[in-house]
Amino acid sequence: MENTNKKEVRLMKGNEALAEAAIRAGLHAYFGYPITPQSEILEYFEEQAPKRGFTVLQAESEVASINMIYGAAGAGARVMTSSSSPGVSLMQEGISYIATAELPCLIVNITRGGPGLGTIQPSQGDYFQSVKGGGHGDYKLFVLAPSSVQEMADFVFDAFRVSEKYRIPALILADGALGQMMEKLTLPEEGSLPHVTPEWGTTGKTKDRERNIITSLHIQPEKMEAINHHLQAKYKAIEEAEVRYEEYFMEDAEIVFVAFGLSARICQKAVDIVREKGIKAGLIRPITLFPFPKQIISETANRAVGFMVVEMNAGQMVEDVQLAVNGKCPVYFKGRMGGMIPTPEEIAVALEEKFIHHEEKV
Amino acid sequence: MIKTEEIIVAGFGGQGVLSLGQVLSYSAIIEDKETSWMPSYGPEMRGGTANCVVIISDGRISSPLVSRYDSAIILNQPSLDKFESCVKPGGFLFYEESTIVNPPTREDIHIFKIAATEEANKLNKKQVANMIMLGAFLEVRSIVKLESVSKALLKVLPERHHHLIPLNEKAIGIGKEIIQKQYQETI
Amino acid sequence: MEIPVLENLEVVYKKPETLTDTPFHYCPGCGHGVAHRVLMEVIDELGIQEETIGVAPVGCSVFAYHYMNIDMQQAAHGRASAAATGIKRVLPEKYVFSYQGDGDLAAIGTAETIHTVNRGENILMVFINNAIYGMTGGQMAPTSLCGQVTSTTPYGRDPAKIGFPLKITELIAQLPGAYFVARHAVHTPNAVRKLKKALRSAFEYQKLNKGTCFIEIVSNCPSGWKLSPLESQKWIEENMFPMYPLGDIKVPGKNITAPSTENN
Repeated sequence: MENTNKKEVRLMKGNEALAEAAIRAGLHAYFGYPITPQSEILEYFEEQAPKRGFTVLQAESEVASINMIYGAAGAGARVMTSSSSPGVSLMQEGISYIATAELPCLIVNITRGGPGLGTIQPSQGDYFQSVKGGGHGDYKLFVLAPSSVQEMADFVFDAFRVSEKYRIPALILADGALGQMMEKLTLPEEGSLPHVTPEWGTTGKTKDRERNIITSLHIQPEKMEAINHHLQAKYKAIEEAEVRYEEYFMEDAEIVFVAFGLSARICQKAVDIVREKGIKAGLIRPITLFPFPKQIISETANRAVGFMVVEMNAGQMVEDVQLAVNGKCPVYFKGRMGGMIPTPEEIAVALEEKFIHHEEKV
Repeated sequence: MIKTEEIIVAGFGGQGVLSLGQVLSYSAIIEDKETSWMPSYGPEMRGGTANCVVIISDGRISSPLVSRYDSAIILNQPSLDKFESCVKPGGFLFYEESTIVNPPTREDIHIFKIAATEEANKLNKKQVANMIMLGAFLEVRSIVKLESVSKALLKVLPERHHHLIPLNEKAIGIGKEIIQKQYQETI
Repeated sequence: MEIPVLENLEVVYKKPETLTDTPFHYCPGCGHGVAHRVLMEVIDELGIQEETIGVAPVGCSVFAYHYMNIDMQQAAHGRASAAATGIKRVLPEKYVFSYQGDGDLAAIGTAETIHTVNRGENILMVFINNAIYGMTGGQMAPTSLCGQVTSTTPYGRDPAKIGFPLKITELIAQLPGAYFVARHAVHTPNAVRKLKKALRSAFEYQKLNKGTCFIEIVSNCPSGWKLSPLESQKWIEENMFPMYPLGDIKVPGKNITAPSTENN
């Protein structure tokens, strides 16, 4: 007899791994609209739904999807949507409402190159949109940045857990390459994330309680300010308890890469390349983009020669690194844009140019 | 020392370039190795050029994208033009003969010319040319076992095509024979 | 002061339990209050308060949840039917309705309106058409009449520039997903009685899972129309009903019919 405890190892696309993980996490409903490079998520759900008993609906637009999420999350269900950059832009009004109404849910952005209609190739150009609000008003999302197919699956569980604990929408920010690539992964176990229908959900007013109202409207400024204080206190609690990051060769690192998602994988290889030349480089990979791991970066800045931030955009997370470093040492940036992916070799060259050859010239 | 093989498979959409790469990755998983399969995606998938980068390693894979390859499996001229220069010195380049007008010229890499399309046509199944290329590759670079490849085919091919597995296995064998006959001295 | 105790009196009217004690904020003469009350009376009489979830729009009825004593959500502008879809899809055994004005349902939310009905979502959509944007201060609505003066059509609605009034109810009645479509009013007791009957049918139909029930309520907006409540009742009959005739538009088991003009 086969060992039933044996972990299930599979080769899956990032998009499909994420969708499968969501089903195993006990997803009740998915609402979404096709857009490259993430349509496999909707396709996977449509194929699986009749066999595995959850709801999936192809909406007429991303605007409709996010408002269906609002309705279903408000009714206390565990729900998610997914899209790619332009589609996520369309969702921003709804996300602001969801954040204010404090509805837990998962939003997935399999990012493509922008701005505009841009390209369908991978990008990290939606960092600002993800962590600085995106829509109107002062709100935050719990933002996770996976860098492997394994994490595309695992982070779904973490996203739902944090989202429901704090009543904050969670966002998984991955890029098109992570969505499309296949890697070996061990699938998370089904049923390991229990769901309790929340007491605040609009499930029908019973005699024993007052009616439940889901709204983001508080027309009295005194009330709205109180709501804002409440939200900010929640974000602070998340900053204190839910920061995640990973270090690579940081024990003796003098030059520190900071990169998230796919860029971090590329930087790992760049670290290997320059270490062979005797350069003491390391990598800090923020896993949560909000809350941002500013403390470890600030502490590292006390001893580091300098930082190099690598992103597939024009320089977005670099601003948060600069804030954390706070002038204690130089922070350089290396980026590619428009769907281009930097190679480990060009990252290694960029690091040497800034830190090694530069010193020689001086 | 961790053994890692970084492979580019490139050709036209429809030649089975992506599935060739998937067979390699599945085989690696069956042998409990680490692997990543990174496709080009988008309009290419719908008839243009297509490629995938396959990495197979005993250890953790850092970047799933690389710009230098240990091996290249090339199924059309544009891909040869693009990737010949990306093979590491001492590396391996396999190309499908009938699709190439200007053959590779590098002298610091091992080059193998495979008449995969011609041999596939002899089997009355031109779709298995990719498996002939795979067989040739595996004869030179035995990074996964043939029995793992057979198991991988069960995963990559949809169930309705499982009756074609013996034919695919035969094509892999033909690829191996081509190498054995043409390049006995080289390897 | 001592309140005299009245005995042996018959109760002829009482506020339904499904309405809260919060006084309506609506302007004198506005149809929303009556529409709210009739809707809640039906829920009360059917005994489905515990099983009903409503969705309020953006517009004058944005605070509908202040008055309706049931579980409710407030949706983004135009998206009430999308939110209602989300609720119904995860709670298919419950009664779900959306309550939207003409700007919400027939301008910014047109796509959601059409696709919700086209999917045949088993919900009730209540559509208040008063041909003007009340909350923002009397701007043109998609249903404003030709020549109607509003704050954004100060020379009257010119169809050559801005198009004709949108008869979205007739439009969505064409869709196979629409099960029951009707247009009613709240300007007279008789009209209110007919509306109530239609609303009751709509909730009863919802259990059949046959498609969307859609009820337009032609209402008035004395403030937006710059008329007294009484004048606005007259205006509704003279101007609104010719464009938006009352009656059933699509009834289960029957072909699409032209609405009757019984009230005129």
